[in-house]
Amino acid sequence: MEPTASKAITVEVNGTVYERDVESRRLLVHFVRDDLDLTGSHVGCDTGNCGACSMIVDGQLVKTCMLLAVQADGAKIETVEGLAAGGELTNLQQSFSDHHALQCGYCTPGMLMSATALLRENPKPSPAEIRKGLQGNICRCTGYWNIIEAVTAASGQEVASNE
Amino acid sequence: MLLREVEYARPSSVEEAIELLAGHEGARALAGGQTIVNVMKARAASPDVLVDLNRLEGLRSISVSGETLRIGAMATYTQIMASSEVEVSRPILAEVSAQIADVQVRNRGTIGGNICSNDPTNHLPPLLVALDGSMTVRGADGERSVSASDFFLGVYMTAVGEGELLTSVSVPAAANAADGFASVTVGRDGTCLANAAACLAGDVVRIALGCVDAVPVLLTPTSSDESSVRQAVQEADIDPPSDVHASSEYRRHLAEVCAVRAVDKASRRG
Repeated sequence: MEPTASKAITVEVNGTVYERDVESRRLLVHFVRDDLDLTGSHVGCDTGNCGACSMIVDGQLVKTCMLLAVQADGAKIETVEGLAAGGELTNLQQSFSDHHALQCGYCTPGMLMSATALLRENPKPSPAEIRKGLQGNICRCTGYWNIIEAVTAASGQEVASNE
Repeated sequence: MLLREVEYARPSSVEEAIELLAGHEGARALAGGQTIVNVMKARAASPDVLVDLNRLEGLRSISVSGETLRIGAMATYTQIMASSEVEVSRPILAEVSAQIADVQVRNRGTIGGNICSNDPTNHLPPLLVALDGSMTVRGADGERSVSASDFFLGVYMTAVGEGELLTSVSVPAAANAADGFASVTVGRDGTCLANAAACLAGDVVRIALGCVDAVPVLLTPTSSDESSVRQAVQEADIDPPSDVHASSEYRRHLAEVCAVRAVDKASRRG
């Protein structure tokens, strides 16, 4: 197999199959946002720190600014658009709304994907486990309290009063 | 960010990967990509060809044979954390892997990438030196084994030569080994300002300091007493780099603190 500067790839994103030619240098997040026009996932820091570009790729939570689109060839990808695919918010999304778990909202798509991945693996996470699970996602507005409460509530656990 | 143009190949065997690495100038192995992709964004390195190792499932295996725990170079931190082989034969590797960055990075980042990038702030280089690990490096002419002490050559430089590939990392299997690791980081599980790994086996004390030099600094004090450990660090005459997070002097202090803490943790485990 000879190295190539571009490649035809097939990916399944939120249940829809896409076939595209893509440059080898293209990051997955740009491919999804610009080529597939799924702009829910955000580019925050572009250095692998902030987590705004988090997607679930073949069942694993990853930061897609550190993955080449060509590497995702054949992968099943879930983005924030896939959460409320039927038009109805997931428990987690509703809980973010109920608990005011966002202010500017820029980090929210990544937070939702990280929390979704966490709850799949650990349906009743402790507050410490929620913190560890969301460690890769930076929010510069909320101070995290409401996000942790939203995830706690979405897991069916009681939220300790803040007052 | 748009990377500089790069060619991409996805070999389906280790042999093919080595052929690609040897046959193309400016070719680099792409493991988890959690370092190199960012390095490419910053143009600090601009490989012409990326040889993606992610479909080489054989490089992800973790196994114990006899007295040796062998971890494939492409095993991710998440895999190491969940591995029953690691748990029963050298649990410190799982414990330290769990302290690296965050879920997303642990899902992609690999043991091979961590040590081949040899960033002086990485966790695994000092740990593997303290554990007296060895690395298996494969090239067109076959395989060789390099001890951890000889593997790290400089900042971002290792004994893996052009056209060669790290295939696995081995450490002595010892479920109840007295191993310890301590670090001071920027934020929880963030970049290490200083770190130290310790391994106590009978009268032998091995401590490896990270973050203070281009490669891990191995110390072998005569005893695991706190005073001997402190003295060993002081006598090592380290000259750590200064940066925005810590001055050289402060890092030297932290190195001593981390060494003492690592030995303390090790002695509690043993």
